[in-house]
Amino acid sequence: MIPALIAWHALVASAAPVLARRLGRRVFLWCALAPAVTLGWIVAVAPKVRAGDPATASIRWVPALGLELGFRMDGFGLLMAGVVAGIGLLVFAYARSYFAGHEHPKLGALGAHLVGFAGAMFGLVTADNVFALFVFWELTAVFSFLLIGFEDTKGSARGAAREALLITSLGGLALLAGLVLLTQAAGRASLAEILASPPRGGTVTAALVLVVVGAATKSAQVPFHSWLPAAMEAPTPVSAYLHSATMVKAGVYLVARFAPAYGATGVWRPLVIGIGLATMLVGGYRALRQHDLKLLLAFGTISQLGFLFVVFGAGTPTATKAGTAVLLAHALFKAALFLVTGIIDHQAHTRDIRRLDGIGRHHRLLAATGIAAAASMAGIPLSFGFVAKELALETWIDGPFAGPGNAAVLAGVVVASMLTVAYSARFVWGAFAAKGAFPGARAVGADMPAPSLAFLAPAALPAAAGVLFGLVPGRIGSLVVDAAAALGSVAAKGPAGAGLELWHGFTPALGLSALVLTGGGVLVAARRRVERLQTDAPSPVGAATGYQRSLEWLNLVADRTTAVLQNGSLPTYVAVVTITVVVVPGAVLVRHLQVPDGLVAAESWVQLAVVGLLAVAVGALVRIHRRFAAVLLVGAVGFLVAGLFVLQGGADLALTLVLIETLGIVIFVLVLRHLPERFRAPVGRGVVAARAAVAVAGGVFVTGFLLTAGAARTAAPVGEALIDQALPLGGGRNVVNVILTDFRALDTLGEISVLLVAALGIGALVTAGRGRSREEQR
Amino acid sequence: MTGPSRSPILDVGSRAVFHTVLVVAVYLLCSGHNAPGGGFIAGLVAGAAFVLLDAANDFDPAARRGRLPPEVLLGAGLAVAAATGLTSLAAGATFLESDFVSLSLPGFGTVKATTALVFDVGVFLLVLGMVLAVVDRLGEEPE
Repeated sequence: MIPALIAWHALVASAAPVLARRLGRRVFLWCALAPAVTLGWIVAVAPKVRAGDPATASIRWVPALGLELGFRMDGFGLLMAGVVAGIGLLVFAYARSYFAGHEHPKLGALGAHLVGFAGAMFGLVTADNVFALFVFWELTAVFSFLLIGFEDTKGSARGAAREALLITSLGGLALLAGLVLLTQAAGRASLAEILASPPRGGTVTAALVLVVVGAATKSAQVPFHSWLPAAMEAPTPVSAYLHSATMVKAGVYLVARFAPAYGATGVWRPLVIGIGLATMLVGGYRALRQHDLKLLLAFGTISQLGFLFVVFGAGTPTATKAGTAVLLAHALFKAALFLVTGIIDHQAHTRDIRRLDGIGRHHRLLAATGIAAAASMAGIPLSFGFVAKELALETWIDGPFAGPGNAAVLAGVVVASMLTVAYSARFVWGAFAAKGAFPGARAVGADMPAPSLAFLAPAALPAAAGVLFGLVPGRIGSLVVDAAAALGSVAAKGPAGAGLELWHGFTPALGLSALVLTGGGVLVAARRRVERLQTDAPSPVGAATGYQRSLEWLNLVADRTTAVLQNGSLPTYVAVVTITVVVVPGAVLVRHLQVPDGLVAAESWVQLAVVGLLAVAVGALVRIHRRFAAVLLVGAVGFLVAGLFVLQGGADLALTLVLIETLGIVIFVLVLRHLPERFRAPVGRGVVAARAAVAVAGGVFVTGFLLTAGAARTAAPVGEALIDQALPLGGGRNVVNVILTDFRALDTLGEISVLLVAALGIGALVTAGRGRSREEQR
Repeated sequence: MTGPSRSPILDVGSRAVFHTVLVVAVYLLCSGHNAPGGGFIAGLVAGAAFVLLDAANDFDPAARRGRLPPEVLLGAGLAVAAATGLTSLAAGATFLESDFVSLSLPGFGTVKATTALVFDVGVFLLVLGMVLAVVDRLGEEPE
């Protein structure tokens, strides 16, 4: 059923652009059918999956390589898939209102890309074969690229899309290398099987580091986080869906899967938790000084993703349960906050907190939604975020590190959580408070038109769920426990197997929560001083600058390398290639030179005559100075070689060569019209001698190589088997053609693809040169 | 561009042989499985026919009006070849695996129909498109 659902996404996506022409922005309702059906299926299979019986499916992919599209949705996959489909449904319902008023011609494409993304994300969280997982992983990056670059006439959007693609696909490469190493070590490619009996050793450690790098780029961890704030160029529904609730969780998803199996291995915890802590602090600190509500949320997301790395990274049963709860809580409140921001942006035409004034007083429902979601983000008691955060703090109170390690992590989490409280407050204050516009800004707010209920509902629903789950955590708690149990670390009904509770009693965690809220409150109260401090503080080299620098450096290296390797001189290219061939294999050849037994100099006088003519043509060719004559002589050489093929019975080969030579001459002549009649003035004697030496060395090498290759054969030529099989298997008597269209058809397909690219490339090169000269003429 | 550079002999001659050469190309394409020929060779022959016609017209783009753009041939060729592979996959065989049936048609004798021929048609279209794309572009007047 899982592959069918993915195919359903593909179908809905491909129909969307066509339907958009008639439906306009109502096309998003069609798009919503994809996550709706998925959600229905998830609800239907949920009881079975939660009871410990994963939904599986498998399709043959490349059986010869042992590759299959294996799917396995366990409890954790169920939760993730539920988030992907559930938030997807809300986002599509929301997008219909969001795009009201500006009928964009590319809305269909936007819907299609969103649905495509939803399908890829669903595949990612249900894939069991690690290579299938990787393919979906990369697909989400491609859709993210397309969605960030939606406003493709804006340079900033294109730059942001490119940045996200470059950084996440760099991590994707690391992930692929890690997965390959891991499957090699484990001898299998099923994620569930690998993690059930995890391989160990040096290779596996390297693999884990690579996987973590992949996860860190996808989940915008320090130092790869610069792409996420840049990605806020995307329309807000996209930001809410991809860049807060789902795609950026892909890295967290991997960490969550791997941590229970590898949490105790040397490098894992310091690496993952170190990255996570740094990310939490950097994200929280940067969020505090943003004026754009979306950027504030983006840095908040970075901070929360770091938090998830810290919590899941521990890999202990409590940690896994806490991580699952935080993940769910974050998806709910962050989606709601983004959607609220989108509503403000759409209605007030700005999301700058220096201009927004008094929206809370006029739009109670909108403000209530935003405040409820922000409360969950800050971890205020009675919210789901509070329940989740308490659990997370508990993890580290009796955590996995010995002694000071634990305390350090705990201290980091507490400080970062204070920052979270502060930026949550900043969001509420910035979006809703009646604070008057900043000097020099025109205030908006009181005159903002109220959003329709259909616009508001998709934001209010997850915010309300955050409050409901906080007050009554029992129901959702058992879902979280089942999901965590599927990750393999939670014993069936141990202490960690208990559900979630709002009230834990007077525990150390509660004390820390109180400390966090107090510290956050102080930061809020002293916000002017904090802001001044941040403005005055020397700004360290930001990740965005780092990205720019490395891009410039990469281009510089590429330019220099190209300047050396491709200097534009054809004689140099030919000389480099020939000398390499003569020197490298030639050195080996000298020691193993053989001549086959019974070597015949020539089989007939005709053969000798043709070879004689060849020699004459070549001799004339090197002395000629006119290009046109040279082209004709090159053609003559080709025709004479074709003659040799005919004498040896290779009709197909000869025919092909004759045709190629004929067309080659025509094309040459066409090109000649752009070139001077004669070759350049003759070069010096020394250069001529050097070229002659290279040419002769090349000829001698090829002759020696062919003789040796003919004499050195030990196995039977593969050609005979192909000749034998051509008629029975391929149904043809022309072996060459049967090989091309049947036995080696895949090669042919590759070759004609190259031809196609080459043909288009030639066309582009010729017209590009012309276009420029025409522009210059204007 | 009509005028002194045009050769009447080439003009008439190329038109006279054009269709014949195309028929030869189709013959080479169809017989390729058993005799010398095949999609690649046939594509080159057909390409040569068009090039001859173009040469007689002095590579005047106006004379090519009404002809399919070579990019369409390129795309169609790759699409046909790839679709053949997918068809065999859908039929339960491996990608690009071929199959053939022998039909006896009255008047023709026994004719073998292979899926490889369809693949070869793709190769034919693509090679023809390549020749035309290159010659069309390079044939435009140098500035």
